[in-house]
Amino acid sequence: MHILKKPHIPPSEITPQVVYTRRRNFLQLSAGLVIAGLLPEAQAKLGPGKASVFSTAETLTSLKNVTSYNNFYEFGTAKEDPAEYAHTLRTKPWTVSIEGLVKRPRTLGMEDILKLAPLEERIYRLRCVEGWSMVIPWLGFPLASLLRQAEPLGSAKYVEFITALQPDTMPGIRRGVLDWPYTEGLRLDEAMHPLTIMAAGLYGDILPNQNGAPLRLVVPWKYGFKSGKSVVKIRFTDREPRTTWMKSSPSEYGFYSNVNPAVDHPRWSQANERRIGEFFKRKTLLFNGYADQVAQLYTGLDLRKYF
Amino acid sequence: MNSRELKPNGLKLFVFIASLIPLGWYAWGIQTDNLGANPIEVVTRGLGTWTLNFLLITLAATPLRHYTGWTWPLIIRRMLGLFAFFYAGLHLTTYLWFDQFFDWLAIGKDIFKRPFITAGMATFLLLIPLAVTSNARAIRKLGGRRWQQLHRMVYLCGVLAVLHYTWMVKADISNPLIYWAILAVLLSARGLWRIQKIQCQRLKNSTHRTKAARCEKH
Repeated sequence: MHILKKPHIPPSEITPQVVYTRRRNFLQLSAGLVIAGLLPEAQAKLGPGKASVFSTAETLTSLKNVTSYNNFYEFGTAKEDPAEYAHTLRTKPWTVSIEGLVKRPRTLGMEDILKLAPLEERIYRLRCVEGWSMVIPWLGFPLASLLRQAEPLGSAKYVEFITALQPDTMPGIRRGVLDWPYTEGLRLDEAMHPLTIMAAGLYGDILPNQNGAPLRLVVPWKYGFKSGKSVVKIRFTDREPRTTWMKSSPSEYGFYSNVNPAVDHPRWSQANERRIGEFFKRKTLLFNGYADQVAQLYTGLDLRKYF
Repeated sequence: MNSRELKPNGLKLFVFIASLIPLGWYAWGIQTDNLGANPIEVVTRGLGTWTLNFLLITLAATPLRHYTGWTWPLIIRRMLGLFAFFYAGLHLTTYLWFDQFFDWLAIGKDIFKRPFITAGMATFLLLIPLAVTSNARAIRKLGGRRWQQLHRMVYLCGVLAVLHYTWMVKADISNPLIYWAILAVLLSARGLWRIQKIQCQRLKNSTHRTKAARCEKH
């Protein structure tokens, strides 16, 4: 099966160990200093995670920008809203239930989820459908190791992700901007792909609420909205789930939503992107630069039709 | 210079300086790196918002004069309109420069393919003749009536500008709706007194002299 195939990484993409350990030490130190100032002392650090061959060597987006420029509509539609309002989100206790077409439906607590697999640091590009991008050092583990816990049935073809709905902590949901709870979906092979992770942290520490605490999906070759935040339920289905953005505007947001410079959003071009912190725009890459790893998932699929 | 002339000049100077505050705010924000993670987006959108604001403020001048009898709104109306054009020009420049880096092919495609860009560009183009004729010489040359007819195009500019804003936002149209509501009030205020004028005209032609006289006062 192709998802078990070792991904092909060109040697140029692999960061020499000296470079990344040096960078890592520096980042841990600086991130630690920043976060130490922000969080109560009782919060245990999550990192450092195991290094990953999937990590990019590109310059990281600053922690400040990663945590102050977010789309998390449950807390408001302005980019600065999540950082301002998400502190109220209740993340403890947290459980994720896995249900649907599985042999063993189950509900796992956050503590058990974190024991499923060693945490890895995955430095991924994130491309938002709005035309901006970041490079974020996530701390997480392959989604596959969580999904296997429930032993999906052979009939399962898709995975639906349902995210937290806390009307009392989320000022954004009182307004009918979207159909809550926020729901996303992947094809099963996309969900099992080694690049797809559940992140529990970033910059070596636990996820800030505005970034989707305590556990979120990260699918780096798709537009950012596919990576649901604060996931509470995972459901296996045999039918393509209808996601929140598809319901909101089916002509603008497709189920796949793979990053693709050749397929424009109906209202704006996707050919370029502005990397946060940079002045000039960059060319957007097919599958957000992860074509070597994921292109084979879509062989024979018309990417214009299945956008 | 007598005191009569001094007063409008003082008012104009005040409005002129106040109208430059938004620009100063963004310039200062860039200088001090105080505009968040995506400063170019903040500036582009901010200049667009201020174009809308100035368009609506300009459109408020005449109804304000009509319903309150104050004369000062008319004294500053032209300047406000020109500031709307000024901010529209800056807004367009940020798009051409920082969004597209003068890639004219991409800009052309944008204008024809994307309704919100089409509406925005149309607004700017329609504002040009209004800005160019915002002086006493143009009024004399065109004649008051024709000049007025031309400048009624600002209503269309208002509609197109708010449409541009509405078509741009992703899901949350609450802010565009506020602009639509204000625009609706400002435009219907004009409709209202046109209807009143027509009714007065009818009364005058009829025998209700007293009613007609009362009507004239409005």
